[in-house]
Amino acid sequence: MTVPNSSRIAPWRQTYWDWRAAGNFIFGGTGTGTLVYAAVIPGAPPILGPLGAAFVTCGLLCVWFEIGRPWRALNVFLRPRTSWMSREALIAPWLIATGALEAVPRFAALRIVAGLLALAYLYCQARMLNAARGLPAWRHPRAVPLMVVTGLTEGAGVGVLVGSLAAPAIAAATWVAWPLAGLLALRIVAVSAYRRGLSRDGAPQNLLRDLSRDAPKRLVVDACALLAALAQVAWPRGSVPIDVAALLAVAVGWWWKHAIVVRLSYNQGFALPLTPVRGVGVSGPGARPGW
Amino acid sequence: MTRYVMVVDLRRCTGCQTCTAACKHANGTPPGVQWRRVLDIETGVFPNVRRTFVPVSCMHCGSPPCMDVCPTGATYQRDDGRVAINYDVCIGCAYCAVACPYQQRFKVQDAQFAYGAEPTAAEERQFDPARLGVSTKCTFCSDRIDRARETGQVPGVDPDVTPACVNSCIGTALHFGDRDDPQSNVSTLLRENRHFRMHEELGTDPGIYYLTETDG
Repeated sequence: MTVPNSSRIAPWRQTYWDWRAAGNFIFGGTGTGTLVYAAVIPGAPPILGPLGAAFVTCGLLCVWFEIGRPWRALNVFLRPRTSWMSREALIAPWLIATGALEAVPRFAALRIVAGLLALAYLYCQARMLNAARGLPAWRHPRAVPLMVVTGLTEGAGVGVLVGSLAAPAIAAATWVAWPLAGLLALRIVAVSAYRRGLSRDGAPQNLLRDLSRDAPKRLVVDACALLAALAQVAWPRGSVPIDVAALLAVAVGWWWKHAIVVRLSYNQGFALPLTPVRGVGVSGPGARPGW
Repeated sequence: MTRYVMVVDLRRCTGCQTCTAACKHANGTPPGVQWRRVLDIETGVFPNVRRTFVPVSCMHCGSPPCMDVCPTGATYQRDDGRVAINYDVCIGCAYCAVACPYQQRFKVQDAQFAYGAEPTAAEERQFDPARLGVSTKCTFCSDRIDRARETGQVPGVDPDVTPACVNSCIGTALHFGDRDDPQSNVSTLLRENRHFRMHEELGTDPGIYYLTETDG
């Protein structure tokens, strides 16, 4: 006799966190990356502050639509001692306020504070994913640098795109292209290291299959973005190459985060280190279906 | 100290799912939610094959990943090792569900009944709206265990204060008791039999032990 879902023994995809949870990582990462970009790039358009804050707010709204008891949402602040979600939530109001205010000329100095808060928020998000011990794709230590780097890359992408609209001459400058090119290169390294780490340390077969099927496509697009950014450095006339690089930097980052949160989120499944012996004898070999 | 654990003798489990049914009866879980179930795992290659029935539920871990990640404090650990949820505090973020390596957290948003929109008499009696939109899981039948403090009975020995699944097991495969008491039934079983705990390498210190053979 079996129950309907007793066939679920090998790892399967979790369904508790869907596109809405992915939205928090997508918009939160892009928003914080934008605020960091605004803090470190001289002459970045002031609108980047409110824009970054708006992205972060959108991410939090996505989560709010996902939780089962939205009117109790303020309870999220109660466990900062151990929970990265609480820590993220505690930073959020300060981050949004400083990000929104930095567009006001008399509060321009707040962009440094907002940038630091954004870095902390981005790190909390990466650790939040990493703390989920039930999912091999999330708990791998190399998921943390990947999430941080891709957030910064997306933010640089948004910064460049907005800069192109606000001040095309500045956007075309090589000192704007270099940071984006560097971050794109870092993301390619982080993705490759993450893939290697998962393969080396062991992961469900489904996860490795999906990763090896989809990752090369994203790496090719990232490589194209990197080439476009480098082209801008080599021939700084106009801003079309850097705009293309920026657009791809954002798109691939969102693509990756949706993949990690939704598509690659296979759980641990079940395993038997030993199988029992009935009567006299020794235990049989174990089994780990789906690994 | 007390650490309540469950010991499952895999040699004795017949996969009858009586514990699954007893759990549903005792806790009134909605369709599709099984705080306890029995896995049917086939291993080996013909002709050397084995079939193993593995009862699983919340492992009431000593180091519960679900508790560490919970942003509200709704998930907490009692002084006897049981992991519990305060439904009035939980926001239903399901972070615990993705953190649990045993897939033993459940969240149901709307009321569901076995036979359509109307509950049966038993479902109506057990329906608890506080469980909607929040995380739920096996409690080791906490109401029974808590009663032991008032009556002086011993969980795992006296059926009145023992989890329903353990009471129902037709093959005496399930045992419950205090691991920290060297004289308890579970301590004796663990001393005398080879055993393992699932996904122990993840550092969760799970509270369900599986016996596979007699030591010596």
